[in-house]
Amino acid sequence: MIEIGLSHYMVLSAVLFSIGLYGVLSRRNAVGVLMSVELLLNSVNIALIAIGRYVGGAGATGQVFALFVITVAAAEASVALALLIAIYRDRGAVDVESATALQG
Amino acid sequence: MTVELAAWLVFGAPLVSFLAIVFGTRPSGQHILSGRLTALAMLVAWFASLYLLTQVLAAPGFELHPISYRWLEVGSLHLEFGFAIDSLTVTMLLVVTTVSFLVQVYSMEYMANENQDKSYSRYYANMSLFTASMLGLVLADNLFQVYFFWELVGLCSYLLVGYWFMRPSAAAAAKKAFLVTRIGDVGFLLALLVLFVHTGTFNIHELFGHEASDALLKSGFLGMTALSWATLGIFMGAAGKSAQFPLHVWLPDAMEGPTPVSALIHAATMVAAGVYLVGRMLPLFHHAPDTMAVVATIGGFTAIFAASMGLVASDIKRVMAYSTISQLGYMMLALGVGAYVAAFFHLLNHAFFKALLFLGAGSVGHYTDTFNMRYMGGLQKVLPITFWMVLIASLSLAGIPPLSGFWSKDEILGAALQASPLLFGMALVTVFLTAFYVIRMLYLTFAGEYRGGAAAERVALAAATVYSGAGAAQAGEGHGHGGHDTHGTGHGNGHGSHEVAILFIPLVVLVVPSVLSGLLNTPMWDGLAKFLTTHTIETTLGEHHLPFDPGLAALSTFVALAGIALAHQVYGAQAISAERLGAMLGGWPYRILQNKYGMDYLYEFLIVKLAFGQGLVAGLALFDKYVVDAVVNGAGSVSRAAGGALRTLQSGQLQGYGMAIVLGVLIITATMMIRS
Repeated sequence: MIEIGLSHYMVLSAVLFSIGLYGVLSRRNAVGVLMSVELLLNSVNIALIAIGRYVGGAGATGQVFALFVITVAAAEASVALALLIAIYRDRGAVDVESATALQG
Repeated sequence: MTVELAAWLVFGAPLVSFLAIVFGTRPSGQHILSGRLTALAMLVAWFASLYLLTQVLAAPGFELHPISYRWLEVGSLHLEFGFAIDSLTVTMLLVVTTVSFLVQVYSMEYMANENQDKSYSRYYANMSLFTASMLGLVLADNLFQVYFFWELVGLCSYLLVGYWFMRPSAAAAAKKAFLVTRIGDVGFLLALLVLFVHTGTFNIHELFGHEASDALLKSGFLGMTALSWATLGIFMGAAGKSAQFPLHVWLPDAMEGPTPVSALIHAATMVAAGVYLVGRMLPLFHHAPDTMAVVATIGGFTAIFAASMGLVASDIKRVMAYSTISQLGYMMLALGVGAYVAAFFHLLNHAFFKALLFLGAGSVGHYTDTFNMRYMGGLQKVLPITFWMVLIASLSLAGIPPLSGFWSKDEILGAALQASPLLFGMALVTVFLTAFYVIRMLYLTFAGEYRGGAAAERVALAAATVYSGAGAAQAGEGHGHGGHDTHGTGHGNGHGSHEVAILFIPLVVLVVPSVLSGLLNTPMWDGLAKFLTTHTIETTLGEHHLPFDPGLAALSTFVALAGIALAHQVYGAQAISAERLGAMLGGWPYRILQNKYGMDYLYEFLIVKLAFGQGLVAGLALFDKYVVDAVVNGAGSVSRAAGGALRTLQSGQLQGYGMAIVLGVLIITATMMIRS
């Protein structure tokens, strides 16, 4: 039986982060991109809690930090979804590659 | 009453009246109030000056203890505000306050017809400010204070010459007066800096000390000592203010101002400030013989140069203006040869008779509505009192004994003869020219038949306009270009021989000193000479006394009489026609004089248009085009090019940006891992 240690959590976190990163960079649907961002944030949360548990000293700094990230992520998701709705009403689609109005 | 209080009263009374008029009167409708306030202030200042005179007479060496206050303190630089009261100061104070008071009284009637303008308060406020500044200048005990008030009188002169600023010629004349005197003031400012750098003081009496002059004599540049440069700079400022060649061009044009202004500022006081400054600093000039020679030469040349232009001027006020320049030249000449007393004696006499002449010219213009002597004549019948007053003042100016002008002019001639035969020759010819133009002016104005005044001038102007093919439509505008002080209403022609009392009373008062002030310094009693030779002057310049020379006096009187006789032959008996005289000489001397030796042309065309317009301005335009514009446009092009290159990076592709970020992070991480 293998003892579950810090490195396992870190590997899980890295795998989740890579999946999320891939999703952010490759999904054409903006909702997919948003979901991938959630994956990124949560992988970071896992890393924070694991490091907080194994490396950090007294107190629950890692957990508290993760709570903050969840809060911010909720806010981010609501703002981003509002933007997506606006884009959808404007163009009838939420294709990331076609939203290039700010190009130089 | 203490001396300190009296000094403050002299300087403060006009200043208070200025402030009261500016803040306390309405711009229109209260002209009597403004005028009375100003005249009252002058009266207060006059009495205070009189008190100071009694104090100075009682003081040893005719000098009172200087009164000094701390004004500004910046680091090691201390500026003081002080009053230096000696015999010269009180003499000037009395001249300024007397003339100023009489001019204010005269103005109350003279300017009364200016009611349409509704700007009495402006006129009197400027007059008050002017007098306050002039008195402050005279009282100053240090050069920085002199410079301060020097600029203030210049400003007042600008404001008053341009009093009728709606008239383009007046606005241009005001600008010219300001700019030309400013050229001189640059020299004055540089002189102040040179003096301060070398001696560390602005105080006049400290500058007269040995340490100061030694320090100034020790250093120098361009082959001249610092003292010579400083005195030359002071003289440059004085030449601008006192309208000496080649900075004289502004004074004839300044006649565009109201006549009382000309009488006060451009005859008696401000233009004498230059002479006063050089005279005040004469103990310093004394150590610089080269500057003294320049002062004497410029003075002598200006005297004869300006008098010659006065011969042909047809505007009565311009005749007076040239005469003023010429007489100021006499004073400079006297200072240049070291005749301190003679210069101030002449300044005193000249202030009175020239103010009288200007006020007389004002009365004449008031009656005829024009200042062009071609349209005057026969005014002796309608303005008898004015005529007699002007006649006496004119003879005084011409130097006929025993009137005041004779005594002072004679002293200057004597001093010039001692210094150099050339200067004496110039001064003597000027005596002849002065007598000639004065008598010409009298004949044209007062003798013969009345030639119609402003109405005739309008007709002549209209005819000339039509004749020259410019069209009859402009004929009606003739009035605007006509006289200088035209008062709008054509009151000149119809009314009879009554003279307005308030207009001739100042003349009658001024005629007393015009006749008698000469007696202050005669071979029989030289009280003024003793009075003006203060302790400071005696220890620095020494007593400068010339024995009276009866032969010289006879010669100058004879020359003056010869001038009068010639003028009488030409304009009175008409034995010699002026036209034939001109034609006989080929006409060109007349044209040269009429064109003022081309000085205006020289300045306006060559310097302003060519040197500045073509040269300097064109050069600046090229600089602007090829240097300034190049820098500005270059900055623009570089930005545009950089932007054009970089805009391709900004694709608007969200995931492109994300990719760039990830790659960037990877590169940073990789570098850190490799290095650690």
